[in-house]
Formats: sequence, C-alpha cells, structure tokens
Amino acid sequence: MNATGVGASVKRKEDNRFITGKGRYTDDINLKGQAYAVFVRSPHAHAEIKSINTKKAAGMPGVLGVFTGSDVAEDKIGGLICGWMIHSKDGSAMKAGPHPILAVGKVRYVGDHVAVVVADSKAQAAAAAAAVNVSYNALPHNVDAAKAMSTKAQVHKEAANNNVYNWGLGDEAATAAAFKSAAHVTKLDIVNNRLIPNAMEPRAAIGSYDTGDDHYTLYTTSQNPHVARLVISAFHGLCPEHKLRVIAPDVGGGFGSKIFIYAEEVVCLWASKRVGGRPVKWTADRTESFLSDAHGRDHVTKAELATDSSGKITGLRVHTIASMGAYLSTFASCVPTYLYATLLSGQYNIPNIYAEVDAVYTNTSPVDAYRGAGRPEATYVVERLMETAARELKMDPAEFRRRNFITSFPHQTPVIMMYDAGDYGAALDKALELSDYRNVKARKAEAAKRGKLRGVGLSAYIEACGIAPSAAVGSLGAGVGLWESAEVRVNPVGTVEILTGSHSHGQGHETTFAQLVSDRLGIDINNVSVVHGDTDKVQFGMGTYGSRSGAVGMHAISKALDKAITKAKTVAAHCMEASADDIEFKDGAFTVTGTDKKMDWSAVALQAYVAHKPGFEPGIKESAFHDPANFVFPAGVHVCEVDVDMDTGFTEVVRYTCVDDFGNLINPMIVEGQVQGGVAQGIGQALLEACVYDEDSGQLLTASYMDYNMPRARNMPSIGEFKLGFTCTPCPTNPMGMKGCGEAGAIGSPPAVINAITDAIGVRELPMPATPLTVWQAMQGMRKAAE
Amino acid sequence: MPTLSLKVNGKAVSGEVEGRTLLVEFLRDQLGLTGTHVGCDTSQCGTCVVHVDGKAVKSCTVLAASCAGASVTTIEGLAANGKLHPMQQAFHEEHGLQCGFCTPGMIMAAVDIVKRNGKKVDEETIRRELSGNLCRCTGYHNIVKAVQSGAANM
Ligand code: FES
Ligand code: FES
Repeated sequence: MNATGVGASVKRKEDNRFITGKGRYTDDINLKGQAYAVFVRSPHAHAEIKSINTKKAAGMPGVLGVFTGSDVAEDKIGGLICGWMIHSKDGSAMKAGPHPILAVGKVRYVGDHVAVVVADSKAQAAAAAAAVNVSYNALPHNVDAAKAMSTKAQVHKEAANNNVYNWGLGDEAATAAAFKSAAHVTKLDIVNNRLIPNAMEPRAAIGSYDTGDDHYTLYTTSQNPHVARLVISAFHGLCPEHKLRVIAPDVGGGFGSKIFIYAEEVVCLWASKRVGGRPVKWTADRTESFLSDAHGRDHVTKAELATDSSGKITGLRVHTIASMGAYLSTFASCVPTYLYATLLSGQYNIPNIYAEVDAVYTNTSPVDAYRGAGRPEATYVVERLMETAARELKMDPAEFRRRNFITSFPHQTPVIMMYDAGDYGAALDKALELSDYRNVKARKAEAAKRGKLRGVGLSAYIEACGIAPSAAVGSLGAGVGLWESAEVRVNPVGTVEILTGSHSHGQGHETTFAQLVSDRLGIDINNVSVVHGDTDKVQFGMGTYGSRSGAVGMHAISKALDKAITKAKTVAAHCMEASADDIEFKDGAFTVTGTDKKMDWSAVALQAYVAHKPGFEPGIKESAFHDPANFVFPAGVHVCEVDVDMDTGFTEVVRYTCVDDFGNLINPMIVEGQVQGGVAQGIGQALLEACVYDEDSGQLLTASYMDYNMPRARNMPSIGEFKLGFTCTPCPTNPMGMKGCGEAGAIGSPPAVINAITDAIGVRELPMPATPLTVWQAMQGMRKAAE
Repeated sequence: MPTLSLKVNGKAVSGEVEGRTLLVEFLRDQLGLTGTHVGCDTSQCGTCVVHVDGKAVKSCTVLAASCAGASVTTIEGLAANGKLHPMQQAFHEEHGLQCGFCTPGMIMAAVDIVKRNGKKVDEETIRRELSGNLCRCTGYHNIVKAVQSGAANM
C-alpha cells in the first residue's frame, strides 16, 4: 500500500494551521471599512408588530442605518425558501407561510429577526439596537409539537391547524392486516427530543458590496457556499449569480446547522449596498446561536411492531408529529419524510410498513437537518421497538434482531430504499465479541456490589447517505439534484490541485481527497492541494452534508482523475512516439507496452505544458460531475453498557462498542474520529441535551451553556472502554467501494444508551435526555409498582 | 482611553483600550491574534484560553486593562523557534482535532493541566480538568489521548 494512499491512516495535512492558531474562520476576517450589524430580535413567541420606531436608534453615534422588513420589501428582496416540496396524502402541496429576512407584520418565535442596525462599531450597533422601539401585540403561542394541531395559536394563516402536511408512506391496508393477524404487538410512545446543534464556531457573515463593479461578496459559515449563492441570487433576487461570490473559509463545525440559508447572511449582503458599499459584518453570540440556528429532531411518535409466533416481524406502523418550528427552513420538509420514513425498515425484513407524518408549525426556532437528519429519529423508533419487543417476547435482543436481519442483497424495502450490500450478522457477531456481551451477567453482579445497576443495550442501525441520486430525489420533491463536481488541475511540475464542490468543516478533506490523488497518480500527498469553499474558484458544487463527500464528492474527483490520466496518456504517447492505446500508467509511471520506454508523471505533466511535440492540445485540466446511482447504506451495531447509581439515578456510560460497515475506508484514523464525535453527540442527546421552551412564556429556557448541557470529556467512556471495529461489504455503486461515515455515530447511539438504561432499571419507557432526575423518577415508579 | 502595555508572546505591545475591553477582544481585534476564539458568552466553552503569567485563563472573562504589565501567551506563541510545542504535536499525531475551532483553547488548557498535574497526569484527571473546554467534533477521545501523549513529551 502507498504510504499516503487510500486505506492509510495519514495524519491530517490541514492540522498545522489549526494547532498554530492560523485557521481562518469567518470572524477572523476583517475587511477595510467594515461596519457591524446587530439584530433586533423578537422577545415574544408570537406577536403582531404594531409599529417599529427607529428614529432614536438612527440618530445614535456611529449608526449608518436601521432597517426593517419594509425596507427589504422596498428593494424587493425575497424571503427564505424551503427547497423540498412535500405533498400531503390528499395530494395537496405543503402549506408554507412566508419567511421574510426581516419580519413583516408578525413575529413567530423568540429570536425572530425584526430589524437590523448597522454601525461603525459593534458596541454602537448594539446600543442602537437596544434603542429600536418595537411595539408588539402578543398573540397566543404554542411551543409543543404534540399540541400544535389542537392549539388556538395559529402560526401561519396558510396552514390550518398548523398542519404543514399530512404525509404517508407505505401500504396502509396491508400493514393494518398484518397487525390484525399478529401474534404479538409491541407499542411505544416515543419522543425524539429537540436538540440545538451547537457547532463550536457561532454563525457569522460579512456581506460586501462593490459599488464600482456592482458586485457582492459574502464570507459565511456555510457547509455549501454554492447552494447559498444559488438561493440568494435566484430566490432572494439580490443579484444574478455572476455578481455574487460566496466564500466559506474555515468553518468550525456544522452538523447540518450551517447547510441552511439564513436571514442574517442575506441581510448583511443587502445592507452593505444600503450603507454605500461598506462591508457589513455579523457574528452571532452564543445566545443568538441558541435562538436562531435551526434546531434538530423534535418528533412525537406512536409506534408499533407486529410479530408472528416465531418471533418474525410482520409489520411496523408509525405516526409521527414533527415540529418544523415557526418557519420552514431550507431542507426542513424532507427530514421527517424522505430522510426518516424511508429508513424505518432498519436492518430487518419487514414485509409491511406504514408511516404517517404530520409536520406542524410551532412558535419555536425553525427545525431542520441535524447530524443524521431523520435517520437518527427512524433508528430510535426501530431500535427502541426491537429491544422492547425482544424483552416482551423473552428473547435475547441480539437473537431477536438476528432472526429478522435482511440477509440477501439487493433488498427492496417497502419504503422506497433498495439496500445494495451488507452483512448485518457479521457486524453483530463482531460487536458482541468486542463488547464481551457474553459476560455481561457477571459484570451486572459486580456492579450491584458497588450500588450500581448495570445495563446493556443494543442498536443495529442503518442509514442512507451519499445524498443523493438526482432523479430519485427530484421525483420525491427536491428542488435540485444532489450530484457533485470536481476539477483536477495538473501543474507543469506535476503537482495537482483538486477543486471540489464539497466543503470541509472538520472532515479532513484536504487529507482524504489528497490520498485518493496520491493513490491514483502515484505522487506524494504533499504535492496535492485541495481547494474548496469559494464560488470564484470552484465552478459549482452541492456541499457537504448527509455523509456525501466521500461517496459522491470523491467519486466526482475519481472521474476527473480518470480523464486527467487519459489526457496524460495522450501526451505520453506523443512524447514516446507510441499509440495512446499502448500506454500503461501504473505507480506514477507511463510505459509503452512491450518496450522499456518510460516517463514518470511529472515529466509527462511538464511536456503537456512545454508542448513542443505537435499533435495534442496542451495542458492537463479536467473536470467531472458525478450523479450517484443510488444512496449508500452504512450499517452497524452499537453496544452500550451503563452503570446507573441506585440512589441518585446518575448514569455513566462505562463501555461502548461500535462495529460499522462503511465499505472500504480511505483513512481509518479520520473515520474513527467521525464515529467518536458522532457517538458523543448521541450520548449527549440520550443523557444530557434538552432544548426547553417554556410553555407559558414561549421563551427558550436553554439559551446558554449554563442551561443546555453539552457533552464534556467526562461524559464519554474511558479510552480503554470505547471500542471501534469494522466490517466491510464494499459499496457496489462507487469505484472506491465506500459508504458514508459522518453521521453513523449520532444515528446508532441514542437507542443503544436508552436501551441500556431501561435494561438496568427495568422500565419500559424512558424519555431523553435521561438526566439523573428522569432516571431517578423512573426508578421510583418501578419501586412503587413493586411495593 | 487608557493605554495598556504588556508582553504578548514575548514581545512588548501596547494599545488603547476601553475599561470594558476584554482580553480576547484586545488580542483578536487590536493585535490580530485570531487563533484565540470566542465560542460562548458565559465563560464555559474554553475556546478562548490563553496563558497570563503562565496560568491558563479564559480571555473572554478577563479585562484587558487588568493585564497591564503581564506576560500573555496565545496559541500563536506556543511554538518556540518554529518548532511545535509537544502538545501541539500530540494533537496532530493523535488526531485530536477536526474543525479546529476548539483546538487552540484545548491546547492552551492542556499545557496548563500538565504543568499543574505533572507528566503522568491520569485520564480521569484530564477528563475532569477539561470540563471547561467544549468540543463538538471529536467526542474528546483523541483529545484525551493527545493530552496524555503530549504530557509525556513535555
Ligand atoms: S469564549 Fe467561551 S469560555 Fe471564553
Ligand atoms: S475540533 Fe471542532 S470543536 Fe473541537
């Protein structure tokens, strides 16, 4: 194996700038003459705006402008969009209310953007923002998804009963019949708790309008700068695409929350022109992030699983209410539908599935994709049901799963997906072995001696990522195809630049993408640079989310490399006076079959530009677009062991095991890092993180790190007790045979943790986050029942 | 506005500060040392950790004016003569960073943890002492490993 090629745990090339403090995040950038924006936000969950008086603020020192929704309307700047159309069961289109970049007439959640002040300094802007006088008439509000369809709070007049859509997937009648004839039915009420993404870098934007060229530049914390440019130009109508450059420099984590187009970045661009072309910078403080970043999850579900007398699953039925928040964010509508219900078959042969989803408006921050997006919610439903059913049927949960595993591929589920490859039994075997599942009884006895209740929980997840085949998602309502682009530029000395539409915000693309090049061209990884995140450099791209940059983004690079090699062969053929068909390229050298003629990569690259030999087009620069043929289907098994303190309910994850099938790995070190980080987010969801809106006031009670419990180093299992393993069934639809790994950790882990706690304390249902109080209360319930 | 004079990364610097200017603002906005980050407004995330007179502090919670005459080290000043500090090297070797946003604060806090607890600082102590540093990417696993291996080489 090439030491820096595919499959090697190469240390990251991008590390140096980050460990020396030379990373370049949006807030690190300051443009000449820059002014600062501070937003006036709604203190009400739901209110009519009676009037906005900006006079006093406008006259304060340093203030360049105070703008409201009517100024936006004056310039005909469009509202924020949701890019995925969902149709209800009755065939009607989803009911989307308008989402202006500055509020018009009404505010719909605490933190809604009402006005913006632009001033010479941030302090001046903040002082003036406090002086903007908005008079509100409070309206009834509702923050609870479960109550949305019965509340008297009407969030948008377009959506009666706050129902955005009532959507269904699967065969309702056949599923009902399966339940009728079932030997056993397991029912659960499941809440998937609302989360706040909390990338450590707060969102930020600098909008800059060049009066000379009538051209805009936006620096922003984005996972997909090209999509931002497309939306800002096509839907907000600020300017045509060629008049807008979007740069997403180093981005400090995204987890989905930086996919979306937000009001603040559009406002900064627009306001820059309004203040005569001075760049306008906005950086969220953390409380603003809590209030205004798109949140995740927030599902309320009734789920049931039918089994026959031999312990085989015969049906699955789910009804979910999914909160959209107060507005439809960029991809919100597809999360609880096509990213959720399509995964409800899990790793199992389930002949009949029916899912119905009601998406609802509530007076809360918009909800959209957060690490896993729909798939963690599906996995949580399926794996809580599997564990509970096994316990009810008095079967070992591992064996119950094994009995129902899909074992032949390709496998068509009843909910759209065609699984291409997998070996679920192999992952289960390996996970049970790595976790020493066999001896859990002894560990339970040992824990009991220490006053702890030990529990073990499994979770066998599957996800669909490598998002996404354009025709397939188009037929399901996506506004755009989700292909990817790449360009390979070969320099005369043979070094290579890769331009990619993917965006790296922690995933390590500068290393893994270079590994692919190193592998293919036989050149050192240090002779490859990866360029991303700038619409002026990279022609187009769909960005990074849905674990797509490997399976889709690298596939595009692979295609462009194929073309570059073909071109280089033409050059080599001319130089060595042979036919291109006789040129072989291997380990960085071109040879002529049957001769000892040989040229290495860099010599051919040079000749491509020297171009003294007639007969070929000079240069080597090739590009490719790749549209995947199918999703990719990573799958695996998590085994969680917890100790619950009998007196306090405090739960500690004492052992954690993941066995994942990601197909072939490009860089195992980076893959393991992705899994570890994902599991931390899943443990956070299961044990710590609660997003709480006060029912009475509609205020977000958890709007700082004082109130929102982020996972810390001590919440994770110790180094020796956190074990990762891999199995491999290569993905048949990409030449690298790879699947995605970015979200799996967060998808598989919450049910494993909750299954472990419910095993430990002997309860059936337990809400997330399982804080000490929640667990203690659940234990008291058990004790009472026992008395 | 009063003038503040102090040493930053071994060099004497001075600048005008308001009474309310935070150390992190002075470092980022006036000195252009943007390796020190701001990740919260409640002194919890630790992305802003620097050393003042050899001790780790959260620079978002220190008034710049209170650092008159002090010696401040930021992430930019940790490598000596172009050679990475063992803790920086360890974060690289152990893959202790992903997006890199928490990393400067983590490294500065880690150096301080080792200074106070010694080269053989155990895992539990590291995890406890990192309570004031949040990372959303790594799950801390490789950060803890990095602190241990960096400690051994310090
Ligand atoms: S910025 Fe978060 S602790 Fe200083
Ligand atoms: S590496 Fe991203 S927050 Fe720690």
